[in-house]
Amino acid sequence: MDRMPKWADALLVPLISILIAFLISGLVILAIGEDPINALQIMVTGALGSSYGWGYTLYYATNFMFTGLGVAVAFHASLFNIGGDGQAQLGGLGVALVCLLIPWPNWWTALIVASLASAAFGALWAAIPAWLQAKRGSHIVITTIMFNFIGSALLNYLLVNVLRPVGSMDPATANFPAVTGLPHIEDVLGLVGIPFTKGTPANVTLFIALAACVGVWVLLWQTRFGYALRAFGKSEAAAKYAGISPVKITMYAMLISGALSGMMAINNVMGESGRLVLNSSEGAGFIGIAVALMGRSHPFGVFLAAILFGFLYQGGAELALWTTIPSQLITVIQALVILFTGALDNLVRIPVEWMFRKYSRRRA
Amino acid sequence: MAKGNTSGRQETAAPAIAHPAIELRGISKAFGPVQANKDISIRVARGSIHGIIGENGAGKSTLMSILYGFYKADAGEILINGTPTTIPDSQAAIRAGIGMVFQHFKLVQNFTVLENVVLGAEDGALLRPSLAKARKLLTQLAKEYELNVDPDALIEDLSVGHQQRVEILKALYRQADILILDEPTGVLTPAEADHLFRILENLKREGKTIILITHKLREIMEITETVSVMRRGQMTATVKTAETSPEELAELMVGRKVLLRVDKVPAKPGKTVLEVENLRVTDDKGVQRLKGVSLNVRAGEILGIAGVAGNGQSELLEVLGGTAHGLGVIRLNGESLDLTGKHSDGQTRRAKGIAHVPEDRQRLGLIMDFTAWENVAFGYHNDPAYQRNALLMNNAALLKETEAKMGRFDVRPPDPRLHAKNFSGGNQQKLVLAREIERNPDLLLIGQPTRGVDIGAIEFIHQQIVRLRDAGKAILLVSVELDEIMSLSDRIAVMFDGRIMGERLPGETNERELGLLMAGMDGKAA
Repeated sequence: MDRMPKWADALLVPLISILIAFLISGLVILAIGEDPINALQIMVTGALGSSYGWGYTLYYATNFMFTGLGVAVAFHASLFNIGGDGQAQLGGLGVALVCLLIPWPNWWTALIVASLASAAFGALWAAIPAWLQAKRGSHIVITTIMFNFIGSALLNYLLVNVLRPVGSMDPATANFPAVTGLPHIEDVLGLVGIPFTKGTPANVTLFIALAACVGVWVLLWQTRFGYALRAFGKSEAAAKYAGISPVKITMYAMLISGALSGMMAINNVMGESGRLVLNSSEGAGFIGIAVALMGRSHPFGVFLAAILFGFLYQGGAELALWTTIPSQLITVIQALVILFTGALDNLVRIPVEWMFRKYSRRRA
Repeated sequence: MAKGNTSGRQETAAPAIAHPAIELRGISKAFGPVQANKDISIRVARGSIHGIIGENGAGKSTLMSILYGFYKADAGEILINGTPTTIPDSQAAIRAGIGMVFQHFKLVQNFTVLENVVLGAEDGALLRPSLAKARKLLTQLAKEYELNVDPDALIEDLSVGHQQRVEILKALYRQADILILDEPTGVLTPAEADHLFRILENLKREGKTIILITHKLREIMEITETVSVMRRGQMTATVKTAETSPEELAELMVGRKVLLRVDKVPAKPGKTVLEVENLRVTDDKGVQRLKGVSLNVRAGEILGIAGVAGNGQSELLEVLGGTAHGLGVIRLNGESLDLTGKHSDGQTRRAKGIAHVPEDRQRLGLIMDFTAWENVAFGYHNDPAYQRNALLMNNAALLKETEAKMGRFDVRPPDPRLHAKNFSGGNQQKLVLAREIERNPDLLLIGQPTRGVDIGAIEFIHQQIVRLRDAGKAILLVSVELDEIMSLSDRIAVMFDGRIMGERLPGETNERELGLLMAGMDGKAA
């Protein structure tokens, strides 16, 4: 049986899914007595209509790229890492310790070490569930969820009792030294002569995220390890036949996954807030699951899906700002997008496949 | 056409109608662009055993699925006993008197025989009356047809042969007049197969109509009266079995002349390559699967392991190939292999010169979602030849090598970018063989080399195995096809219940003796 072309599978199906999600969102907005067209206009202009909007959209997208890649790498090894959020929070701890404890001469040395620290802390937080899965068979979904809570509680304790500066009432670390501040996107784009508004949180981390997308692609499809990882993900029994060690792949895949999620912290903790606050990840770890699902676990798909969710986040914030549409509705729209692109994928896929078959038969 | 010659000798149950039990007229069915059945017409005479033979993918299963209501034909007509009948689902098929015995049984493992027979055909909400009725019927059927099964035994405790009888009983309980059996002997010992054939003969005598789908020419010749041959979705011929020969049928199936016997010169065995001593394997559930197996294979010979599936052959291959742990001694070229430690994995075994074509190529030998070229590296992805540098793999080189391999092993279509799942069974197997044989191993482990492979490809695969033997390599062959073992092996070892029952030379034994050994009986005592 012939299947539909690759482009339709990768682009057309998600696109139709998003359209349906937006259509239903529109109906919901209509039902609460607001104007959906107007709402869409606000979202688009707010998120994409100015470089200010783009700055925020890209900032959010950077977060989602890291967590999305993290989930995607684990997916390829057939492991469902739900612990991205906890890993991102632990990554934040790594960044905070590096920025606060070491006197840095300039931002880029700090960035390199902070990146490594965030990756290491994220990986560490994935390592324990990974080990439990590989050696003891404890299901990774359960353990990573539990580690989100443990991580959250750990940071709560550390921020309140250990890292909080004396005299502060806020459960957060002190501000990082100014030298660790990362160049913002306008500084980077300014170098190549592209003008960009000041004052958005988008920063140089975006380019690290893009590099990570390329890196993950190379890792998965151009290296021996990626080959073994994908083989293991497709069939554990076959991987064993080929002499690929399940323990090794499970461990390394989860370490890489955790490291990527952890690296999100250089964007939000180091690049944006300049200090570590409670619940720094703000649920980006969970959005990463949707991003990976929608991006079909391919780095380029993750990139596109991250931009889409960045748009939804920023557009949603604008919507809450300019209309009486409650902010909960933004969550509804996001949920609908996740529902249609992730869970109800076949709802669109099967009719599209059928149409392609019909069309190709008529031509033949 | 066949109605005259069979209805004449039915004196008991055959009614006096002249209509065939089943008549298909111009049945066509397409899946997308693939024409699975094309204008098929066939008449199956009442009270006869009608064989349908064809290669994998010839459309046999599709045709039977249409008859049993799983698929709807795009065109054509089904007549049961002369009446045009539509069969939208399996319920309708059962009402029309059609019973199906699938290749993979559809039984509830932890139910008793009686419960399985009644399941889905209960008379009412209360089970007891149905069970009592079934019990009575079962006893009666057991007497009539040699269909003895303990009605209160759990399915999981029954042998495969008995489970199959339950499937037949299920169909008869639903008052099937027409029984379709799909590859019924694949899992049976020769003795069990003989018993099945006796049952089928008895059923025929009672006026039942039987359709036997198989790829085994011998069975067709042995039991059917009429045989229809399918090739590429079409019915190429329907002939009287008495008037044809295996060679003619094979040619009709494949569309060209086929060599049914393996062409080989006597082996010239050299030094011992593989020595296995007192090998024991216990599986995850604590069941001992190998109970002290000892054997050896020399360079330039094929040792065939015969046996009914599930008697430890798989575990033997797994331990040798490095996918399972075992206790005992395995020596390759005189060197002891690590059986439980760090170096007991497939990678190490390959490095030492053991290649392994696994029994289940779709589950183990290939990654179905990988492309052909990715699968050619499978198990050998650490080979320096496939690396561009310390970091990256050389995918381009792999692609080129795959193209060459596909040419040499006649893999069709020769597209290295196609996913493994899109190749036919035979071509998948050729891909695995190309990968393993071209490594030039000292020892080749090969399990079920031609399971699910069409006749044309079987010939090619057998030639490749013999060629490797003639190149002075040791080959351990495991197969449940006795014909294959007999024709390929230079020595035959029979396995039963995790033990080697005995070794025979193919020239000095016969299927009967091997069959007894396979059933756990000493050949000499019989």
